[in-house]
Amino acid sequence: MSRISNPEYDYIIACARIIDPESGLDKVGDIYIKGEKIVRIETEKLVLKKKKSKKANSVERIIDAEGKICCPGLIDIHTHLREPGREDEETIYTGSQSAVAGGFSTIFCMPNTQPPIDDQESVNFIYEKAKLAKCRVYPIACITVGRKGQQLTEMTDLKNAGAIGISDDGNPVSDSRILRHALEYAKMLDLQVISHCEDLNLSKDGVMHEGFVSTVLGLRGIPSLTEDVMVARDIKLAEFVGVKLHIAHVSTSGSVELIRQAKKRGLNITSEVTPHHFTLTDEAIKSFDTSCKVNPPLGTKKDVEAIIKGLKDGTIDCIATDHAPHSIEEKDVEFDSAPFGMIGLETALGLVITELVEKKHLSWIQAIAKLCTNPAKIFKLTQGKIKAGAPADLTIIDPKIEWEVDPSKLKSKSKNTPFRGWKLKGRAWMTIVNGKIVHKLK
Amino acid sequence: MELKSKNLLGLEGMKKEQIELILDTTETFKEILMRPIRKVPTLRGVTIVNLFYEPSTRTRISFELAEKRLSAELVNFSANTSSVQKGETLKDTVKNIEAMKIDIVVVRHPSPGAPHFIANCVDSSVINAGDGAHEHPTQALLDLFTLREKYKRLKGLKVAIVGDILHSRVARSNIWGLTTMGADVCVCGPSTLMPYEIEKMGVRVYSDLDKALDGRDVVMVLRIQLERQRSGLLPSLREYTNTFGITKERLKRLNKGFTIMHPGPLNRGVEITPEVADGPYSVILDQVTNGVATRMAILYLLSGGEKKLE
Repeated sequence: MSRISNPEYDYIIACARIIDPESGLDKVGDIYIKGEKIVRIETEKLVLKKKKSKKANSVERIIDAEGKICCPGLIDIHTHLREPGREDEETIYTGSQSAVAGGFSTIFCMPNTQPPIDDQESVNFIYEKAKLAKCRVYPIACITVGRKGQQLTEMTDLKNAGAIGISDDGNPVSDSRILRHALEYAKMLDLQVISHCEDLNLSKDGVMHEGFVSTVLGLRGIPSLTEDVMVARDIKLAEFVGVKLHIAHVSTSGSVELIRQAKKRGLNITSEVTPHHFTLTDEAIKSFDTSCKVNPPLGTKKDVEAIIKGLKDGTIDCIATDHAPHSIEEKDVEFDSAPFGMIGLETALGLVITELVEKKHLSWIQAIAKLCTNPAKIFKLTQGKIKAGAPADLTIIDPKIEWEVDPSKLKSKSKNTPFRGWKLKGRAWMTIVNGKIVHKLK
Repeated sequence: MELKSKNLLGLEGMKKEQIELILDTTETFKEILMRPIRKVPTLRGVTIVNLFYEPSTRTRISFELAEKRLSAELVNFSANTSSVQKGETLKDTVKNIEAMKIDIVVVRHPSPGAPHFIANCVDSSVINAGDGAHEHPTQALLDLFTLREKYKRLKGLKVAIVGDILHSRVARSNIWGLTTMGADVCVCGPSTLMPYEIEKMGVRVYSDLDKALDGRDVVMVLRIQLERQRSGLLPSLREYTNTFGITKERLKRLNKGFTIMHPGPLNRGVEITPEVADGPYSVILDQVTNGVATRMAILYLLSGGEKKLE
């Protein structure tokens, strides 16, 4: 597609079903893009029909998206990009390739790198690397120095450098006094805190959810309580301080209920869930498949049902991948020795459509809201909406395509997914970041 | 009849007919072991590697003797004298061993699922000789054989398994095996050492030892480790002994002709008193004797079976 200069637009996404949860728009129409911005949304006089009828030969600047869904570019607020430190597993660049292939135009990267992102210099490093990335990459910085849970990071510096939020993800801030002060300090700066809720004493040595399956397999269990008690504590702390708080990767029925009650009380608590936690249960571990070893661990059917209910009633605001690349060597070991985590950027959208939309748990507009609108609201981003003047970050979804997950074809540098061979419905057909087409499905 | 299985990884899901075949075959081998010359040429030319990543006395010697009496060639491997110390992964280790042309791998490993992992890496048959708290199928099979030998049946037999169920692979394999054969199984131990939803495995759960022993034919006593006290699961071994230790006094509640079993190693005076361990109803040493015959039967069946046995 050549870019001929035109006073009105550079190109048009034509005839797509435009879904924008922010404005409530759900209608077939054309989106005009000029430079880095959306300039016009037209739902009446559709260009493709006009051109077709006039047999115009100049369709170069028109992307025929009939039968597709065009929504704001998807935003993944929870990824691990492994750079700096484990560039053999993923880099900011390869992670961004994986992201755009999965339909994400913005991703946040967690600070549990080596070294961790706990000072201004490290935040600058991420932004420097992100210049070459295929999508927008925003770093989340640490709450405490070295993620050790002892000393607060220089949050003013971090915020000024562009940290989008703070989290010690992978670790909780175990010391309640330290978290209290972190929340107070972050409140002063209006910096979003993201909590990894895990009581390390309760989860000690555990490798999977404690339940009947762990009993049969003889694997050491992580009780649901591990998450529940920390979610309860963190909600209490946030309530006391009077600050907003985001709970990462909710995985138990207990914490869904705690968050629901907190929201009912009017607290500003938000939360996210991963696609694997609404798709898989601990039964998947019966074959000792290390790609199913994740933290928090896969729960039971009861947890999956509670999570889906939480997604439906709005208790859970966002769907985030917790994309956690690991090398083959690290995962191809005994279950006890394998690290926690699975990749997810390229399977997330397919799982949302297959498991939630197709099964009528969520409407399209609800599902899309959890993948872009809500994350944008929580983190106060300018993208995440389809509106004239907004950044042209768009994802065009082919909702009908059926495809099989083949790890060797994924863009991520790592291949640790339990969804190998799964047949999914729906996939990102095109991803546009800042007006630029960065992914097109072949 | 054949076992119709390349590996012996666990008793979960094993069919009654398969277990019966192993027990029947064990009987034949036990008879061979009672002869003046206890060696048969059945597995001549078969190479077996005993891969032990965890200390073991009984199981290891038992496998070695079973292999020798079947005339197999065997190699012993232990983790502390090998390249494991140099950081070699389990996968590389077994791949290398298999490259030297072997037929059967016998593995003991502290991590549950390690034998399954190995079975996915190699073409050889894999026998689980104990994987963490998961399964110890050869132990359970020799226990079943010992009980069948004494009672001539397993169906309806009332068995109590007492002790640290949470960490016990012997308990898990025995629960699968015994319930498949129609025995009535209960487990008893302190609530901190009882795994989550164990009743779903088809057993009743007791924390009162006297209730658990009431009207039982068999008591399987499990080893209790000092470590459980340190990790906050037990107040003290002293209290454990007073509450769950099997003493002569406790035996009164059992059925006539009852049996006491223990997979070893014994903590005399902790989970079992010496007089009970050495009593006339104890089959602890028979279990050890039958272990060799059971393992001979398993090795024989896994390497094709039915051919050269007279």
